[in-house]
Amino acid sequence: MEDDPIREFLVEGSEHLDELDRSFVALEQNPTDKVLLGAIFRSVHTVKGTAGFLGFAKLEALTHAGETLLVKVRAGELELDVEMASLLLRMLDAVRAMFAQVEATGTDGDDDHIELAAALLAVAHPDAPARTSIFAAARASIAAAARISIAAGARVSMPAAARVPFQVVAPPPPAPAPPPTVEPSQPLADDVGGAKASALADSTIRVDVALLDRVMNLVGELVLARNRILQFGTRVNDAGFANASQRLNLLTTELQEGVMKTRMQPIGSVWSRFPRVVRDLAHTCGKKIELDLDGADTELDRTIIDAIKDPLTHAVRNAVDHGIETPERRRAAGKPEVGRLLLRAFHEGGQVNIEVSDDGGGLDLGRIRARALERGLVTSERAARMSDREVSHLIFEPGFSTAEKVTNVSGRGVGMDVVKTNIEKIGGTVDLSSELGRGTTLKVKIPLTLAIIPALIVTAATERFAIPQVSLLELVRLEGEQAQRGIERVHGTTVYRLRGNLLPIVFLDRELELVKEPRAHDVVNIVVLQAEDRQFGLVVDGINDTEEIVVKPLGKELKGMTTFAGATIMGDGRVALILDVLGIAHRSKVVVPGRERTAADGAAATRAAAEPKEALLVLEVGASTRMAIPLAMVARLEEIALADVEQSGGRQVVQYRGAILPLVALDRAVGAEPALPSEGPLQVVVYSEQGRSVGFIVSRILDVVEDVVKICVGTEREGVLGMAVVQGKVTELLDVQGVLMRDEPGFFRRAA
Amino acid sequence: MNGIHSTAPRQLCTFELGDMLFGIDVQNVQEVLRYQEMTTVPLASSVIRGLINLRGQIVTAIDMRARLALPPRGGEEPPMNVVVRTADGVMSLLVDEIGDVLDLDATTFEHAPETMTPAVRELVVGVFKLEGRLLLLLHPERIAAGGSTVQRPEEQS
Repeated sequence: MEDDPIREFLVEGSEHLDELDRSFVALEQNPTDKVLLGAIFRSVHTVKGTAGFLGFAKLEALTHAGETLLVKVRAGELELDVEMASLLLRMLDAVRAMFAQVEATGTDGDDDHIELAAALLAVAHPDAPARTSIFAAARASIAAAARISIAAGARVSMPAAARVPFQVVAPPPPAPAPPPTVEPSQPLADDVGGAKASALADSTIRVDVALLDRVMNLVGELVLARNRILQFGTRVNDAGFANASQRLNLLTTELQEGVMKTRMQPIGSVWSRFPRVVRDLAHTCGKKIELDLDGADTELDRTIIDAIKDPLTHAVRNAVDHGIETPERRRAAGKPEVGRLLLRAFHEGGQVNIEVSDDGGGLDLGRIRARALERGLVTSERAARMSDREVSHLIFEPGFSTAEKVTNVSGRGVGMDVVKTNIEKIGGTVDLSSELGRGTTLKVKIPLTLAIIPALIVTAATERFAIPQVSLLELVRLEGEQAQRGIERVHGTTVYRLRGNLLPIVFLDRELELVKEPRAHDVVNIVVLQAEDRQFGLVVDGINDTEEIVVKPLGKELKGMTTFAGATIMGDGRVALILDVLGIAHRSKVVVPGRERTAADGAAATRAAAEPKEALLVLEVGASTRMAIPLAMVARLEEIALADVEQSGGRQVVQYRGAILPLVALDRAVGAEPALPSEGPLQVVVYSEQGRSVGFIVSRILDVVEDVVKICVGTEREGVLGMAVVQGKVTELLDVQGVLMRDEPGFFRRAA
Repeated sequence: MNGIHSTAPRQLCTFELGDMLFGIDVQNVQEVLRYQEMTTVPLASSVIRGLINLRGQIVTAIDMRARLALPPRGGEEPPMNVVVRTADGVMSLLVDEIGDVLDLDATTFEHAPETMTPAVRELVVGVFKLEGRLLLLLHPERIAAGGSTVQRPEEQS
């Protein structure tokens, strides 16, 4: 029984602290707001009083110091400035630390925060003559408050006897009468305000969270039992039973909705800490930022609120640190000095949307692309082919950071990767939109609740699985001939043409290794699913109903399974696994998980990824120049006797297949060191286009290889596209068009 | 003298696997059941036999023979369930036979002999010397720990 009043104190105290965080920041904007000051004073006074009542002398002393300062500000004797606000905020932090001590050890700890208290008192008495006497005055004041005589230099400690042992009949009221000791007399001028506040408090009650969880669990079980009854109902032909089970169904649904509401909390409870975070951060970074919160009353399930606290905080810190520019840069860009940060939350499409927008510099896609190339996160070709959106999403890759200075404020950009992972872990999505110079918006979508979700039940190899409906786009059924031929293989991938688009296909039974060989079916069921921003089709054996299922987490032993998000108990009492759509997409490589590309793997990893390899013809040109030309461009390889080469109009030609084939000596065309003249036949690579042909004279054909063509170094050399590494050696890529344009311009002019 | 004696439990719930006798502190044992229908978990290692519905709670069933690297159960006899509760949650151990609850004398407790296979030694805290045989005391937390229970790795491309 000793714990209850203390727990009560901690819970209420924490609420006071959160409120005070917000209030102090607001007070900085309006230093003379009387109403605000009154509320602040009341809160601090309450914490101090209860702390004293419970015997936490250090806590009482510190808050007393803060209260002393506040009294003066409230009375108009002092005006709140930045230093005072900072001290008061530090006091809140110290009080929080002491709360943590109380929670852990039952005492307010060893740290008496004497310097902080002294600083508060010093600021409250600005015209006191000497620092040392202020310090002494501070100690004396605190000692008086603590009612413990302090030997000079000794730390304030709490003898056990002073802690009040508890046989409390009722928990202390929210605003206890101050203990008869302590005070410099302060009239509680705000008693009236206190009474009004308690009237409001009567329409709500405080409920232990553990109790709520238990009730929620029970309702979950009730839902399962209801499902079973409904199942029996389909087998029993009794009107009375049917009626009763219908009634049960209705009541259960309403009860479920009601209980889910009790777990809903407004997102404002997460946001409440942001004004303070943004204020502190802006000060540290030397920026001016105004924070707007829109939709603080949007409700989310408690478990989700816990999960998004950290990612959102990080996104906000990122916007302050990297997004919004310094006042100087903003001025130079013609923007108002004060940057704006907007947090919005709203319900839409069965999900909760949260947006973090800043009017900062926006994402520099060019720099992001360059940095990703540097870090080996993408190949140059991939980078060239990426859409703007894909490039902006590169900032979610682990190890990515384009910040000029890595600050210890938001870290190495590792945070954005964690933001995305954490949001996805709860079944949400993140998206970025940005305009260079104007700002960036981070959009987060998360499900309303994790506990009870609608799901589609499917079967694969006689096993049942549940697919969360939130990922479900549509169902496709192929019969007869369509079932045989509808699913095609294109470029080594299995796909289905859905209204003109190629949909990657995953066979659930094969993916889960439930069958050894593929089997033919008369009917093919495709469940079209959404994972991140990609769609794919999951082929299942059968499709059952959509049901509301209770999500039960998998045990610790199974935490590593990426393909399953949890399990549920079906109407017949058997367990069914819930598919993790994103996990399946990753495993089947339909969606390439970003995390697998680490900077360390670099070129090797990108090579191993499904980068298309090109077939190349590798040649020796001139004396020793190594060149390559895509095999696709080669019509034929010929050997031509020197004697057959004729001169015509200043060019070398040969009669070839009934036509005249112009010849181009590649070594001259690309300025390579010419080979020694030989008697042997000429090696000619014939290039044809639209019925016209030209023969490139080379020294030797070296090889035909398949390799990824990655142009490492551009070049100014005529006739050469660039240099690449082919077969481990530096090879120049022939610029066929360029050579032709220069040496055989007629090639292009002649009509087809 | 070692400190094990002072912390060795007094009452053990025992069960058999092959010709070995194991025991777990009764405080960790929630109940014992006969064979329960299980839903297999695709892609999980062979240590995970499946999931059981235990009065509405979904409990993972661990094949103790696989976990201790013993040869698989032969014959038609279905395994029994020992439902174990640890700080990490509840799981069910599939065993051959359920034994008695034994009261044990701490003085008969010793370190595990060196002759045990690594898989067994990993899970065994020590042994009680009974008349004629050894009773191996299992560490329930270690049963679920370790990479042995994670899903089979995907093919590396």
